[in-house]
Amino acid sequence: MPLSREQIAARMAQEVKPGFVVNLGIGIPTLVANYIPSSWGVFFQSENGLLGVGPFPTEAEVDADLINAGKQTVTAVAGASYFSSADSFAMIRGGHVDLTILGAMQVDQEGNLANWMVPGKMVKGMGGAMDLVAGARRVIVAMQHIDKDGRSKLLPRCDLPLTGRHCVHRVVSDYGVLDLGREGFVLREYAPDLTPDQVLRATQGKIVCAADCRPMTL
Amino acid sequence: MKSKVYSNARTACEGVHDGMTLVFGGFGLCGIPEHCIEALREMRVVNLVCVSNNAGVDDGGLGILLQSRQIKKMISSYVGENALFEKLFLSGELEVEFCPQGTLAERMRAGGAGIPAFFTPTGAGTLIAEGKETRQFNGREYVLERGIVGDFAFVKAWKGDRFGNLIYRKTARNFNPMAATAGKVTVAEVEQLVEIGELDPDQIHTPGVFVQRIFQGHNYQKRIEQRTTRNG
Repeated sequence: MPLSREQIAARMAQEVKPGFVVNLGIGIPTLVANYIPSSWGVFFQSENGLLGVGPFPTEAEVDADLINAGKQTVTAVAGASYFSSADSFAMIRGGHVDLTILGAMQVDQEGNLANWMVPGKMVKGMGGAMDLVAGARRVIVAMQHIDKDGRSKLLPRCDLPLTGRHCVHRVVSDYGVLDLGREGFVLREYAPDLTPDQVLRATQGKIVCAADCRPMTL
Repeated sequence: MKSKVYSNARTACEGVHDGMTLVFGGFGLCGIPEHCIEALREMRVVNLVCVSNNAGVDDGGLGILLQSRQIKKMISSYVGENALFEKLFLSGELEVEFCPQGTLAERMRAGGAGIPAFFTPTGAGTLIAEGKETRQFNGREYVLERGIVGDFAFVKAWKGDRFGNLIYRKTARNFNPMAATAGKVTVAEVEQLVEIGELDPDQIHTPGVFVQRIFQGHNYQKRIEQRTTRNG
């Protein structure tokens, strides 16, 4: 069995180090915060203008003026700050955010990422994703390895419009953990219920198995 | 000095004509100039070019100007919350220029700061860079993006004084400070309008020089798009 969304988030949490400033995208990435102990002093950045995103509010705490980039009501932790969109993207583009975790429709063997549009079909826009992948120090993608029709989403070359070029450092999917190397994908870890071979076969882009490839620990 | 204070949104929006470029503050429905948007709808001005990070929802925010087909073109980064937008765009009724969020913020900031264009790494090698000048700095490719100045800009603040000094609240700040600088005429609507001298100069986010018109709005809806709570 591939990993569940929650399991992907749990594995992704291992990518976060104490003291990091992290931006989490919408979807699976948002769940990652649930697996980070508050004692780590990690600050979550929300690109609409909040550094120090806290848990969802209680009904009594709900404030229409306090939301995250997914437009959800949130709270702010002690030490948080509010700022303008220009300051927010100065943080992001200026390399002051340690890690961004975001979703993807496609990633290819050159580290290209596509997640903002399907021509003629889905038109939502890139939001802050293009800035995040251009500016964050480390870019990790959380995604499903194959689409609903069983096709690999880890490709030789993205055929959807790109969000960023050569920007992905690592992919954590429901099948495994893969780094982007000079020669394409490098399988580092595989889902505990799968074999490395199953991950290799589910990957259409060029992929090699790392010498020390091992099952994920969750 | 001529007073900047207007009695309501309708009088403060006087002078907006068909075909103008309008810059808006707000992120989603948070911190949007909701009374100005309503006034623009009542004024029935059409063929507008609207610069705003989002396009509201079907029946809120800029969505109400899409409903009434007053917008010719949107310059935005994300419009996923608005189904009508997607329909109008895919059918060709609405022109759209997608602009990455950070680039959009910087384009407003640059426009307001007298900077006609700037280089950013965002979008290099993507559709966004097509047809734009690019240049290498320290071995990396950057895209030339243009500053934006609107005929009018509309912002929403928490408090403002009669000179136009503004203080925003929490994440309702978002695009408002940049939008405030990027209008030939900037209209600010505030929840509380106070006398000059009542705001602490150390706390002001937008100095009043950027604001030409200000009014106090009443009965703010402040709609919440995604009301998410935990048990407490």
